[in-house]
This record gives sequence, C-alpha cells and structure tokens, in this order.
Amino acid sequence: MRALRVYTWVLIAWLALPIAVMIAFGFNDTASRQNFVWEGFTLRWYAHLFDKPDLTRALVNSLVIAVLSTLITTVLGTLIGLALGRHRFRGKGAANIVLFAAIASPELVMGASLLSMFVTLNIPRGIGTIVAAHVMFSVAFVAVTVRARAVGLDPALEEAAADLGASRWEVFRLVTLPMVRPGVLAGALLAFALSIDDFVITNFTSGTTVTFPLWVWSSTRTGTPPQVNVMGTLIFAIGVLIAIVNVVGARRRKT
Amino acid sequence: MRGRLAPYLMVLPGGLWLLAFFAVPLVLMASFSLMTGNVVDGFDQVLRWRNYTEGLELYGDKFVRSLWYGLLATVACLLLAYPAAAWIAFRAGRRKSVYLLLLLLPFFVSFVLRTVSWKFVLADNGIVLGTLKGWGVLPDGFHVLGTTFAVVAGLTYNFLPFMALPIYVALERLDPRMLEAARDLYASRAQTFLRVVLPLSLPGVFAGAIMTFVPASADYVNAEVLGGTENVMIGNIIWTEYFVNNDYPTASALSFTLMAILLAGVFLYARALGTEDVLEAARR
Repeated sequence: MRALRVYTWVLIAWLALPIAVMIAFGFNDTASRQNFVWEGFTLRWYAHLFDKPDLTRALVNSLVIAVLSTLITTVLGTLIGLALGRHRFRGKGAANIVLFAAIASPELVMGASLLSMFVTLNIPRGIGTIVAAHVMFSVAFVAVTVRARAVGLDPALEEAAADLGASRWEVFRLVTLPMVRPGVLAGALLAFALSIDDFVITNFTSGTTVTFPLWVWSSTRTGTPPQVNVMGTLIFAIGVLIAIVNVVGARRRKT
Repeated sequence: MRGRLAPYLMVLPGGLWLLAFFAVPLVLMASFSLMTGNVVDGFDQVLRWRNYTEGLELYGDKFVRSLWYGLLATVACLLLAYPAAAWIAFRAGRRKSVYLLLLLLPFFVSFVLRTVSWKFVLADNGIVLGTLKGWGVLPDGFHVLGTTFAVVAGLTYNFLPFMALPIYVALERLDPRMLEAARDLYASRAQTFLRVVLPLSLPGVFAGAIMTFVPASADYVNAEVLGGTENVMIGNIIWTEYFVNNDYPTASALSFTLMAILLAGVFLYARALGTEDVLEAARR
C-alpha cells in the first residue's frame, strides 16, 4: 500500500508539472516573443497584465460569456433536474437519453453542426451564438447534478408544506429549492467552469469574436506572451480557492 | 391536471433549447453532408451520397488513426488512473477530498493552455530536453514534439481526470464489508481484487472509458500543438475542411461519419449497462 501511496503522488506530480511550468513562466524575465527559456525572475507581467488590449478583450469576453451562460444554464438545468428527480412522467426515459447524448456527443460534431446551422440561417456569429452553444452543452451536466440531489429527498416534506396551506409556488420556493440548493450551486460552478474553459465549440461558433482560450490557441504559432501565463495562473488560483472553500464547507456540514 | 403538467412545463424550456441548438443543427448538418458547393458560390442539395464514400476513401486512414490514438489514450488513462483512484478511495481516509482535488488540478487550467504548457515542457531545447542534452544524456537531435508519443501522452494527460473520477466514485461506494467478507473467506489480495473490487468498479471504468475515448478520438488540439504532419487526426481534417477549404459538404459528411462511429459504440456500451448507471457516473 505504501507503493500505491508513492505512485499516487508521482501521478499528481505529473498532473501538476505543466501547471507549475505555466505559473513559473509567468514570472520569467523574457524579452523575446518566445517564452521558452528561463531568463530570471520578474513581476513585470503582473504589473503589465492588461498591456495587450486584444488579450484583455478576450478575457473579458470569456467572463461575460461564462456569466451569461451560467445564469441561463442553471435555471434551465435545475428545472430539468427537478422534473427528473421529483416527478414520474411519460417520456422520462427519452429525456434521460437526450441528456446522455448531449453529454456523450463529441464537441467537435456539436460545434460543426452549430456552424452549419448559423451559416444556413445567416445568423451572425458572436457572443450571442457562443452563449447559445455553451448553454446547450452544459445544461445536461447541470440537470444530472441537480437530479442526483433531488432524487434523495423525502417527498413527505413537500407534502407536509402543502398540507399546512402552502401554495405550489411557496412549496417550491420555501421547501424544494432550499433542499436542492447544494446541487444547484455545484451545477452552476460546473457550468461556469465548462464555459470559461471551452475551446472546441467556441472555435466553431465564435465568428470573429475572440475568447481567452481562442486567443491562446492563435498565439501558439507566433509565441505565447507571459501575460497568458499570468492570466492562466490567476484563473487557476481563483478556481482552486473556490474548490477549497467548497471542500472545507462540505466537511464542516458533515461534522 | 396542473400537477400532471408540471414536469412537462419544467422540462420544456431546456428541452426547446436542446432542440434548437442540438437536434436541429444535427439535422441541418446531415442535409449539408449531401450537398455540393462552397461558401463563395453557394450550396445545392443534390443528395450526393458520394460525399461519404469519398470522405472515407480520402481520409479512412485518419479515422483509423484517430480511433487508435483514442484507444491508446483511453487504455493509458485507465492504467494510470485506476491505482491512484483505488488508493484514494480505500486508503486516503479523511484526506480523500484533498487528494481528489489534486487529481483534478488540470481542470483548473484551460484545456488549450495546459496543452501549450506541455509544448513548453517538451520543447526541443526546453527545460527537460534542453537540460538533458546539456548533460549529454540525450543526443542533440532527440525530440519528443511531433511524435505519436507526444500526441497520445497529451491526450492521456488532458482526459485522465475524466477516467479517474467515475472510477473513484464506483470504488468509493463499494461497501467495505465486501472486502472483509472476501478476506474472511480466505481470498488472497489478488483474488479479492480480481473477483470483488474489479467487477464492482466496472460501471465506473465503462463510464470513464466513454468520457475519455469520445473526446480523445475527436480531438484536434493535441495533434495540432504537440504533433507533426504524421499525427494528423480526423479532427484536424474536419477543422481544415471547415475553416481553410470552406468545403462544408465534405466537412459535414466527415463529422457525421465520426459521430456515427463514436455514438454507435457509446450506445452499445450504454445499452449493455443501462443509461442511468453511465449518466450517474458521468455526472461527477
């Protein structure tokens, strides 16, 4: 078992290696466009984080798209998840299969087919089409997350509220929603992470709009500037921080 | 009456969204795949089935290569992730969630960025190869970028968490009393693993295999960033047909063929298992 423990740490080290390199080269005092060789420590790139207007624009686009698509996805996905977890109805099996197909379909094909549609219908591509696409591919993830939470709940609580004179809306707002809130929150975080990281579907639906991953992609041929490392580092740090808060919070609730 | 309608009303908005942006686009792409023409001159629907046969003739080897790379990456992910997932599920005790978070670290860095970061690491004169060459351990001409190994390793790296999570979930749920029972019945460690642990973790392995194989086979980022001309995958071809050649009919036919191959495999898999199981594992 000791060997497995060591192995797990080696695997984690391998997983962390390119991340460590990304963070380190955000501090690299490089002068050339190619940020490949270590030249010394500097905080210059943190000070000049927003020096490249098109890169900043791309980051802002990514954040705007992620916020919008998270809001829409969370509402739509939560409703589906609740329906599947709390109700019996005809067509439930079909709904499950559709969700599964949306999760299992290759992104490349979803992106390509969206491009076909936007071209056929002459819909100009931009932030709107990207948000539509992001909601489409993340709604199933939110739905299954909420469903998993909703399945385990005791229906007697809702019945009790109704018996005590609560209206349908009051039951939903005061009983059902608070009970599934952890699932909704987890789903929303997942939707945000999926959106801000997405490359393939965005690549096909963006037109001339550029998001952070798209900017990084187009920079690979000419050389990725250190500001990209810094932004990657900051996104990484914020993401890990949120995850740690979640883990600690979950542990507190248990004890 | 309102009570019976409620679930339908709740599914409706999301269902319509999926109809408009998932189902309808697929139908339109199917239609595109039988057309002739290009973006500049316009398209004609002529039910040209030869788009499919020509696509397979021209790029059959790229399909085979992509599925092969996807399979290699999936097997590598399985072999690499299983022991770690098992150790965390059985032995990590109170620190389970910390280890799990460490295993998921790559998810906190954008997919393209972590692939680019591997390019940094593996660059011909970068921090690893450059140093080893400086010490004279490796010959000057040695390179990793532009090889099959680099692409498959990149795919493995990028999709490993998708494999690790469902396996971990399946193992974590396993009742420890099963292991005790096996020991009480004089099963050796190897027997306990092969006849108790492994069979009970198979739903997780299957789910992980789908979540790894599908995106890995359809990927074009790893081949573009880490690979060379010998490593072109079908995803790169489809990308080029769309964005360089503007040949939407061929691109659509190729996309559809790829999806048909992958989804057929996935649904056969899911049928053997029951969708609920796979979805359940996929959600984590």
